[in-house]
Amino acid sequence: MEGRADMGNMNDIFDTGRQALQEVEQRLEMPRREFLQFCATLAVTMGLPSGAEAAVAKAIESAKRPSVIWLHFQECTGCSESLLRAEHPTLEKLILDVISLDYHETLMAAAGHQAEAARKAAMKANKGKYVLVVEGAIPTKQNGIYCKIGGQTAIDMVKECAADAAAVIAIGSCASWGGMPSTIPSISGADSSPTGSAGVAEILGKPVMTIPGCPPNPYNFLAAVVHFLTFGKLPELDKLGRPKFAYSRLIHENCERRAHFDAGRFAMEFGDTGHRQGYCLYKLGCKGPETYANCSTLGFGDAGENNWPVGCGHPCIGCTEKGVGFTKPIHQVAKMLNVTPPLQYPRIVEEQGKAASFASAAAVAAVAGAAAGAAIMITRNLGLSHAAEEAERAKDAGKSGADKAGA
Amino acid sequence: MANKNHAAPAPVGGNLVNVVTLTCGVLIALMLAILVVRFLFGLGAVTGINDGYPWGIWVVVDVVIGSAFACGGFSVAMLVYIFNKGEYHPLVRPALLASLFGYTLAAAGVIFDLGRWWNVWNMFWPGSINPNSVMFEVAVCITLYVIVMWIEFSPAFLEQLGKNDARRKLGRVMFFVIALGTVLPMMHQSSLGTLLVVMGVQIHPLWQTPLLPLLYLLTAITMGYAVVLFESCLTSSAYRRRLETHMLTPLAKIMLGFLVVFLVVRLGDLVVRGTLPKAFVPSVEALMFWLEIASFVAPLILIGAESNRRNPARLFLAGILLMLGGALLRLNGFLIGYETNVDGAGGFTYFPTLAEVLVTAGMFAVEVLGYIIITRRFPVLPREDVQAAH
Amino acid sequence: MGTRRDFLKGVLVSGAAASAGVVATSTLARETRPRPPEALGLLYDATLCVGCKACVAACKESNSNPPEFSTVDHLWDTPLDTSGYTFNIIKMYRNGTMEAKDQEVNGFAFMKTSCMHCGDPSCVSACPVSAMTKDPETGVVGYNPDKCIGCRYCVAACPFGIPKYQYDSPTGRIGKCELCRHRHKDGRYSACAEVCPTGATLFGRTEDLLAEAKRRLAHKPGQPMKIPRGRLRHGQEKLLAGKDDGKGAKMRHGWRDEPDQTYEAPAGKYLQHVYGEKEYGGTQVLKLSGVNFQKVGMPDLPPDAAAAMSETIQHTLYGNLVMPFAVLGAMTYVAKRNVKPDDDSSDKGGN
Repeated sequence: MEGRADMGNMNDIFDTGRQALQEVEQRLEMPRREFLQFCATLAVTMGLPSGAEAAVAKAIESAKRPSVIWLHFQECTGCSESLLRAEHPTLEKLILDVISLDYHETLMAAAGHQAEAARKAAMKANKGKYVLVVEGAIPTKQNGIYCKIGGQTAIDMVKECAADAAAVIAIGSCASWGGMPSTIPSISGADSSPTGSAGVAEILGKPVMTIPGCPPNPYNFLAAVVHFLTFGKLPELDKLGRPKFAYSRLIHENCERRAHFDAGRFAMEFGDTGHRQGYCLYKLGCKGPETYANCSTLGFGDAGENNWPVGCGHPCIGCTEKGVGFTKPIHQVAKMLNVTPPLQYPRIVEEQGKAASFASAAAVAAVAGAAAGAAIMITRNLGLSHAAEEAERAKDAGKSGADKAGA
Repeated sequence: MANKNHAAPAPVGGNLVNVVTLTCGVLIALMLAILVVRFLFGLGAVTGINDGYPWGIWVVVDVVIGSAFACGGFSVAMLVYIFNKGEYHPLVRPALLASLFGYTLAAAGVIFDLGRWWNVWNMFWPGSINPNSVMFEVAVCITLYVIVMWIEFSPAFLEQLGKNDARRKLGRVMFFVIALGTVLPMMHQSSLGTLLVVMGVQIHPLWQTPLLPLLYLLTAITMGYAVVLFESCLTSSAYRRRLETHMLTPLAKIMLGFLVVFLVVRLGDLVVRGTLPKAFVPSVEALMFWLEIASFVAPLILIGAESNRRNPARLFLAGILLMLGGALLRLNGFLIGYETNVDGAGGFTYFPTLAEVLVTAGMFAVEVLGYIIITRRFPVLPREDVQAAH
Repeated sequence: MGTRRDFLKGVLVSGAAASAGVVATSTLARETRPRPPEALGLLYDATLCVGCKACVAACKESNSNPPEFSTVDHLWDTPLDTSGYTFNIIKMYRNGTMEAKDQEVNGFAFMKTSCMHCGDPSCVSACPVSAMTKDPETGVVGYNPDKCIGCRYCVAACPFGIPKYQYDSPTGRIGKCELCRHRHKDGRYSACAEVCPTGATLFGRTEDLLAEAKRRLAHKPGQPMKIPRGRLRHGQEKLLAGKDDGKGAKMRHGWRDEPDQTYEAPAGKYLQHVYGEKEYGGTQVLKLSGVNFQKVGMPDLPPDAAAAMSETIQHTLYGNLVMPFAVLGAMTYVAKRNVKPDDDSSDKGGN
C-alpha cells in the first residue's frame, strides 16, 4: 500500500480532528457514523486493507474539492444515469460536497456558450489539477464530424481537455473501447463501424483509466475517484487501464450459479425447468467465462448480490469486454478463458496401492527363509545319508572283491 | 512290468501330534480367522489387491502355482498307465494324494477369492456359461478333475475301511477315470497359461506369447515330476524311511527330457518373436526372468550326469529348483510382468498383506497336515518292514 | 508291459489324436470383430474440454454412485481414477509451466477416462459367466451383477483398465460405464454428453461420430468450426424404435426432444489421429486430442484384438471338443490295455 505515512489513523480523527470531523458533518449533512461508513464502503470496494477508511475520511475532510470536467460524446448517458442511482454517497452529496463538478452537460444548469466558457474557465483555474471524465465513444471518420459540441469535434475537445488534466478517466464501455457505437454491422464488406467510433485511449494515444461496463457499476467509478483523491494517484490498473480491484476477475469466477456449472446443470431454454431453478446459463450464451467485471459480487441498485443480469435469469452479454460485448451474439457460446483446475485434479498416472507393510514383508521373508532353511537342511541330510550309503557300498564291494580275491 | 521289491501300500502309523502338525494347526486356525473377516468385510479388508492388481497371491500362488505343484498325480499317472512304466507304480498313490490336496485347495482358494462367490453356480449353468472364456474352461476342467481325483484316490480309503466290494466295482471302470485324469490336466494346465493371452499388451513381452498353453503344459508336466522328487525325498527323510532312489533316478531322466523340450520352446519362442533383447534391459522384469531361467537350467547341471541322479540330495534340490522355476514362470507372467493399462494407470503397486500371506501359508499347511494324517492312517506309501523308531 | 514298443505306441496314438484335432478345428481361427453397424458411442474432443467435470458429476448422479474422497477433508468428490464407484473421470495432463492448453510441452490437457465399448471387448471374451455382454445391436458393453462371480478376470483383461471391483464391500460388484443404457428406454442418452457445456463429449452412432471426428480434423487451428453438443443427429433415427426393452414395455421412438445446441468456435490444434478408429479392431468411444495419446493415458494398441487371439487358441484346441474327445479316446484305449481291474489292490503284490 503506497504512502503508509499518508494514511490517517482513526484515532487521529477521533482525538485530534474532532473539530475537522464536525465541519465535515456540517458540510456534507451526514452524521459522523454515516460518513465513516461511507468511507469504509468505498475503501472496501477498492479492496484496500483495514485502516484505509481513515485515510479516505481524511481526504474527503479537506475543504478543497477537486475540479472534475465531464465530457459526453457518442453515448446514451447511461453511465451518468447509473451514477445517479448511487446511494452512498448520493450523487448530490458527491458533486456538491466532495468534488467540484465544473462541467457536466446533463447535470449542469448552464447551457450554450456560457457552459463552454465555464468549462474553459475551470480548466484554466485548475490547470494540471482537474480530473477529466469522458463518457461515450469518439467518432473518427471524416475527421470526427459526426459528433460536435459547440462546433468543436469530439476529437479536438477531448485532446484539448486532456492536455492539462491530472487524470483522464473513461467511464463506460463506449469511452473505454468504443462500446456499441464501435460495433461493425453485419453488412458484407463492412470493416468498421459507420462513424469509426473509438475509445478515449485510442484517440489520445496514451493510457487512461477505463471503467468499462454498459453501464458500469457506479461504485467502480466512485471508488476509483476517491482513491485518486485519497492517495493522489489512480488505483492499480491492468493493461487495458481497468482498475484491478474491479476488473481482475472473470464473472465466472465469482458467479453465484457457478456450482450449477460445475455440476453440469444448465438451463437449455428460457422458462424451462432448469431456468426456473436458477441453473447455469452457459448454454444460453452467458459470457461470464470470458468477461472481466465484478457484477457477480457487487450487484446493482444497492440491493446486493443477485441483482444483475444472471441473477435475473439472463445470460451475461459481456458488456465490459471488447470483442465480446456487442460483438459476439448474445446467445453464442462463450470461450472459457480461465481454465485452471483445482489442486485435486487427478493426474494421468496417480500412485495408488499399498506397498509392503513391515509385517507382510517380514512374513514373506520368514516363509521364504523357513522354506530355504528346511530345504538346505534336508538336502544336507540326504547328502550325508547318500554319502554314507555310497561308502558302505564301496566297502561291501571292496570286501566282496577282497573275498573273491581272497577265496 | 518290472517287479522290484514293490511292497503293497500301508499306513505309516505313528504319532500324529508333533512340531510340524502343531505348527500347521496354528497356521490353519489363523487362516480360518482371517477368512471369517474376509467374508464379513470384503476382500479389501484383508488383502492388498487393488484396481491396478486385481489378482494377488491368492490367485497366483494358491491357485495357479498351487495347482501346478499338484501335477504330480497327473505326470506319474501318465507314466504308469499310458506309457506303461509299471516300475513307478508305488509313486502313484502318494503323488495322487499330494495332487488331490493341491487341487482341492486350489479350488477352495478360488472360492474365497471370488468377489461374488454366491453366484459361482453360474459357472456351470448352461444359460450363463461363456464357452469362449478361458477361465470357464479352466474352472470346469479343474472341477471335473477334482472329482476324478477323489475317485482315483478312493481305493486307498475303501481299502482301509474294508469296503472291498465297492473297490472291485470301481476297479473295473478305473481305466476310464484314469484316462480322464490325464486329459483334464492337459486341458486346464495349458489354459492357465492361455489366461494371459487376452490381457494382450498388459503382459510384458517376455511372458506374452501364443505359445503360452504349450509352455504352461510342459512346465506342469515337468513340475509334476519335480514334485514327486521333492515329496518322495521329503517323506523318506521325515518318516525316516528308505529312499526310493531306484525309481527316482530314472524318473529324473524323464523329467530332464521334458525340461529340455520346454527350454528349447521357451528360448526359441523368445528368439523368434524378437523379444529376447528385453531380457538384457536392466529392470526388475529382466532380473526375475533370469532367475526363472536359472532355476530351470540349474537342474540340468545338478543332475545332468547319471551318477548325480543317484544322489538323493541332488534329486531333492533339482526338484525344488524346478518347482521354483515353474512357480517363477507363473509369478512373472501374472504379477511381475503385469501392468494395468500400460500407458495410463501405471501407478499401482501391490504387495501381499500379512493376512494374505497367512492365508496362503494356511492353505499349504492344510496340504502338509492332510498329507501327514492320511499317509499315517491310510494305505498310501509302500509298507516298510524295517522302520526306525518315531 | 514296460517295453519301448508300448511307450512309442502310446506316444503315437496321442500324437495322432492331437493332430487330428488341430486339423479339424484350425479353421475356427477367430478374426477381430468390427463394431456393429448401429453401434452407439461417444466422441470425446480433448481440445474442447475445459475440465469443468460436469460429466463426472452427471455420471455419478445418473448411476447413483457415492462420492470418493482423496483429500483430508471429505467435502468434495475427488476420485483419483475410475473405480467400482466412479465410472467416468477427467484426468489432467501436466507438463512444465503449464502455460497453454492442449500443448504437449509446457502445457496442460484433459482426458476423459471411461469405458471405450470396444468392438471386440476383452472383458466380454474373458467373462466365464457372461456377466459382461455386448449388445448385438447397440454394441454397448453391459454388466450384469446377478451373474457375476467377482473373479475380476475382466479387470485384468481390459487394456484400458476400466472395469473395477468394489473391494471395500463383502458384496462388491464390478462398476463401469454402460453408456447410460438404463436411460435409453426413457429416450435419454449418456448423461456425460447431455451436460457437457462445450460439446467435448458428444453422443451418437459411432459411424456418424467417426465422420464428425474426421470433419474436425480437416480444420486448421483457429478456423471457425461448427460444434454440435449433446447428441449428434443423423438422418434415420430408427434405433430403439418400438423395440422391447426386456421389461414388458416398448422402447421410445428415438431420443427425447431437445434443442439443437450447435455453436461455432475456432478449431483447436488436433493430432491427426482418431483414437479408437482401429485400436483393437475399433472402439465405440472415439477420442481426439492435441497431446500425444500415450501421454494422456490411452494405450498404444494393435489393430487385432487380444480376444481374437485368445479365442483362436481356445477354439483350435477345444473347438467342439473334438481334440479333447480324440485325446480322451486315445488315452482310454491305452489305459484300458494297461490298467488291470485290481491294479490298486494292496493284498496282491503291486505290479
